[in-house]
Amino acid sequence: MSGDTLQLIHHQVMWTRLISVVEEQAQALLRTAFGSVVREAGDLSAGVYDTGGRMMAQAVTGTPGHVNTMAMAMQHFLQRFPIESMQPGDVFVTNDPWMGTGHLFDFVVVTPAFLDGQPVALFACTSHVTDVGGRGFTADATSVFEEGTLIPHMRIRTNDQLNDDLLGIIAANSRNPVEVLGDIRSLISSNDVGVRRLQAMMQEFSLNSLDDLAAHIFTASEQATREAIAAVPDGRYRSSMTLDGYEKPIQLEVSLQITGDRIVVDYAGSSAASRYGINSPKCYTDAYSVFGLKCVIAPETPNNHASLQCFEVHAETGSCVAPARPSAVTARHVIGQMLPDAMFGCLVQALPDLTPAESAGSIWVLAMSGNTDMTRADPANDFNVMNVGLGGVGASAHTPGLNTTAFPSGVGGIPVEITETESPLLFRHKEFICDSGGAGRMPGGLSQRIEIGNTDDVDFLVSAATWDRFDNPPRGRAGGHDGRAGTASLASGKKLVGKTTHCIPAGDALVVELPGGGGFGDPSERDQSDVEADLEAETISTSTAREVYRLPDDSSKA
Amino acid sequence: MNQSASDQTCRLAVDIGGTFTDVVLESAGGRTTSKVLTTHRAPEQGVMQGIEQVLQLSGSHAADVQIVIHGTTLATNALIERKGAKTAFLTTGGFRDILEMGFEKRFAQYNLDARRPAPLVPRARRYTVPERITASGRIVQPLDHAAVRDAATAMRAAGVEAVAIGFLHAYAHPRHEREAAQILTPLLPDATVCLSSEVCPEMREYERFSTTVANAYIRPLMAGYLAQLKERLVDAGFACPAFLMMSGGGLTTLDHAMRLPVRLVESGPAGGAILAADIARSRQLDSVLAFDMGGTTAKICLIENGQPDRSRSFEIAREYRDMKGSGLPVRIPVIEMVEIGAGGGSIARIDEMRRIRVGPDSAGSDPGPVAYNGGGTQPTVTDANLVLGKIDPEAFAGGHIVLDSSGAHAAIQQSIGMPLDIEGFWPAAGIVEIVEENMANAAQVHAIERGREPSEYTMIAFGGGAPLHAARLAEKLGIGKIIVPVGAGVGSAIGFLRAPVSYQLVRSFRTTLSAMDLPGLNALLDDMTDQALAVVREGAGLHELLHERLVELRYLGQGHELSIDLPVATLRADDLPHLRHQFEVLYEKIYGLTMPDAEVECVSWSVTVGTAPQSSDPVAAMTGNNAVASDMLRKVYDASTGAMIDYRIYQRSALQPADSFNGPAVIVEEETSTIVPTGFTVQVDAGGALVINRNRQQKS
Repeated sequence: MSGDTLQLIHHQVMWTRLISVVEEQAQALLRTAFGSVVREAGDLSAGVYDTGGRMMAQAVTGTPGHVNTMAMAMQHFLQRFPIESMQPGDVFVTNDPWMGTGHLFDFVVVTPAFLDGQPVALFACTSHVTDVGGRGFTADATSVFEEGTLIPHMRIRTNDQLNDDLLGIIAANSRNPVEVLGDIRSLISSNDVGVRRLQAMMQEFSLNSLDDLAAHIFTASEQATREAIAAVPDGRYRSSMTLDGYEKPIQLEVSLQITGDRIVVDYAGSSAASRYGINSPKCYTDAYSVFGLKCVIAPETPNNHASLQCFEVHAETGSCVAPARPSAVTARHVIGQMLPDAMFGCLVQALPDLTPAESAGSIWVLAMSGNTDMTRADPANDFNVMNVGLGGVGASAHTPGLNTTAFPSGVGGIPVEITETESPLLFRHKEFICDSGGAGRMPGGLSQRIEIGNTDDVDFLVSAATWDRFDNPPRGRAGGHDGRAGTASLASGKKLVGKTTHCIPAGDALVVELPGGGGFGDPSERDQSDVEADLEAETISTSTAREVYRLPDDSSKA
Repeated sequence: MNQSASDQTCRLAVDIGGTFTDVVLESAGGRTTSKVLTTHRAPEQGVMQGIEQVLQLSGSHAADVQIVIHGTTLATNALIERKGAKTAFLTTGGFRDILEMGFEKRFAQYNLDARRPAPLVPRARRYTVPERITASGRIVQPLDHAAVRDAATAMRAAGVEAVAIGFLHAYAHPRHEREAAQILTPLLPDATVCLSSEVCPEMREYERFSTTVANAYIRPLMAGYLAQLKERLVDAGFACPAFLMMSGGGLTTLDHAMRLPVRLVESGPAGGAILAADIARSRQLDSVLAFDMGGTTAKICLIENGQPDRSRSFEIAREYRDMKGSGLPVRIPVIEMVEIGAGGGSIARIDEMRRIRVGPDSAGSDPGPVAYNGGGTQPTVTDANLVLGKIDPEAFAGGHIVLDSSGAHAAIQQSIGMPLDIEGFWPAAGIVEIVEENMANAAQVHAIERGREPSEYTMIAFGGGAPLHAARLAEKLGIGKIIVPVGAGVGSAIGFLRAPVSYQLVRSFRTTLSAMDLPGLNALLDDMTDQALAVVREGAGLHELLHERLVELRYLGQGHELSIDLPVATLRADDLPHLRHQFEVLYEKIYGLTMPDAEVECVSWSVTVGTAPQSSDPVAAMTGNNAVASDMLRKVYDASTGAMIDYRIYQRSALQPADSFNGPAVIVEEETSTIVPTGFTVQVDAGGALVINRNRQQKS
């Protein structure tokens, strides 16, 4: 008994340690990455796997679209490079959207860890590099061949020697070769940090294999996840959701079957793949579907192979949620980041108190560049910067939605002063929009208006690839109102549409107004003092306070 | 002023903590200490009470005291408890909500009900005025003076007591902020006004604004308290100057502290780190890991060559303890430490994964651990230590609190043992093992983030909880040597007495190494030096001042920097290749490779001017060895064997320099117990500290 008990405690300690190993790996990546979307906003992830390629632990730092895809990406590496063929000092890479994390911008790097000459684990990490050629960060391509350079599974380091040929190909196909090479080196060194720490941990605990620990982690995780699923009432729940899409609206049809401790998502009936780059490869669809389910059903269980395996996701190949090669996929998060809301649409029928209203969803990437003619170099106007526009999060039964925050993505904002230092662009405005959060007992999160001009007297380009919810605002729940729809225009007045690339004329400015979060519950049930506080803060208007929230005329604030 | 903060023979230190106010008097006659309850409503009362006690005990008079050094958690508490001034924020038109948007990020991926802390200034008191300066300093919109006057009118109507002004790019171009302050100040004669370009002249608007607002928010309160204290000290006959401990580990004058009180947050823990640094210097230890564990949190700080690590950012008032990103950021010089929710009062429970979890929440002192019999029902680390025999129930806190062992045991069995189906001492052993692992992990991650390997360090353990857990933590970190100093219970206040008078300024000024404007940069560094001198000169008296200059470098395109020493002289073109070389050496040490193609960019510059620290005399290495052995035995849980075995019990007060013995042993004193497991040897050094050495073959 006592030996078993000590073993149990040891396993718990080692599990905790393993999570800190991968967190160190992620921090190293964050600190050495180039490109503001990674280093400021945190678009990355890191994890450790057993020698069978099953993810044992992932870093706390990171974003779900990367983490859950990476959990599955390892199997593809092992099929191409069996573990027996790997040597110490080897590193492998790919940016294949179907076998990595969903678009060419994300390089997945895998490093085997050895102890006493034996492979004991695999480390993987990924981040969004600044440029991979092709059409840049737009949704305008009609096939992956136009979207940039695809690196199939390859060795990028052999016996501690970097593959200069491969690095040369990657650099030659990027508009920002120095940064891209820097990002790849940063991914490699991040895994090396993880390997060193794992080796030290195994020596400390006198381990020569992680098999027992992996078994413990997987058994405990699967058991907890199955218990959580079993606690959800059985049934078949359906929901549908419409997105603006590129050339035409996208229809998402979801059925969620829960039977005991089994849960199956099926996207049958959803739209066919778009002609343009907004399709969500199956790996990315899986990632965000499972993320949405897990947030509600099993938020406390750690993400690993066993807990993720409990969720099954089916989608028809060739659909917008499982496009076939060579569909274009650069802006895959337009669809992918809406999937948690689609999951919530089903779950709310089973767990009405635990399921939030819809959110802005897809983050609006503001990819802006000075060179308005891609067919030639323009060194005087060659800036190429990224900022992000974040809308409101949906309210839950217990909490108002967060204002201007990414959900489900885990990234954050990028400071105005950073973007203005990296480019001649000038933000004229970045402020909450009054009445943008859907009214409710708990109101949805506020969105923002962002206005950007150029201090140089020339045009600049902005890609609207990921801008959605112009026509389909985030929906409220349980009597809560919808959030405000997104809009975009020139400051001079002309409306801009989502998805294509726009030219902002010299002297004019880009105006984006992000979607607000959906409200939860009947607005007339909102606490009167909270309504008065919102009114005083000017986050709701007097007419909303009176007409929607039914604030009496004699309220001192109205 | 003709007296400085250095070299006085009779020195008084006061540390106001959340629960206790500690007072330490050092004079030719030795050290006297007192501990009184903090009087939250009027903290100067507790201070004066503690001072009276040490004066009496030591037979000294107020007039004998030549310096008073003060540190306090009041600033931190005012921020946590939201008890600061009614504050307004004046900012660039179109950017009213930067302060509330924060990082626009969820700090807890899977928590659908997470809340962010509310900003210190609500939206209704955030005013905007037309003005705009670009990153390069071009005015694209002049400041609208009439709009500033209108804002002042509105602020007056709202009863505003403090105003923070934060405009975009003011870190480099402060002109509009200064103009606005000139207009506002006469219109709001009773309000305090703080500028982001003065409080925190660094790029990234949210952190700069947040820091400036925090300063404005606590300034009226802190200035009032410090003025009160000054008056009380004068009334009590103190004619000496008073200095304040800052979070960065330096001392500053009372007047300066009243202007920049945000630099006083975390001054207590800073004092502990200063104490550890002093012990490191007196024992010639190059690499030290300071481990401070109290009732609520544990703090770990690395000390290299007698100097604690420093940082420039800190998070206050976290909504969720231990959750990075859930608090309000302030960018100030701080002694870098990792603080985690692991203390004697940390609560243990079983999570959904049937894992033992400890902390981060604490039972505090009310209701306290189950064993206190104060109404606590959830088992804590202290309860587990009691069940494992590590704490003597009769001798806890000098016998003032008698602990209830059977109550502690029952609560642990109920909360931990039953769900896991284990019994006896095992659940308690699990709690202690997990809390030690949590601390070890935090220390490990903290060290690695800074490119260090903790196994090369000596641990210095102080605070009530640290000596109980230090040996096991050392094993986990591969550390071979632990020092437990004398007077650990009032360590922070003792640390204040060792602190230098110093001041650090930081400015953002971005340039690549290859395109550096050397004349402009040298002018900036000289200007910063003049400003720092103006702050420290009064406190430093005639003492020699030490200068330190740092630059933060990164590869162009990255977002995180490494600090590199600059020569304290006019920077010349032939210094630049050397800077790149130093940067790449450090970069390779941390990340294992360099980026040969990338440019190196300088991001910010820092200047520190100060006196040398008040070092204790060197403690000579022990040559003799006086083996002692106690007859008193107690059963204590031993992690290496997984059993309760006999430990010898020693009274610390009876130990003399050179005394030595082997573990297993417990050394008991009023405020704490030191656990020495099998495989460790103890010797008392010439300064009275316990030096505990680990047999290197032992592995956990």
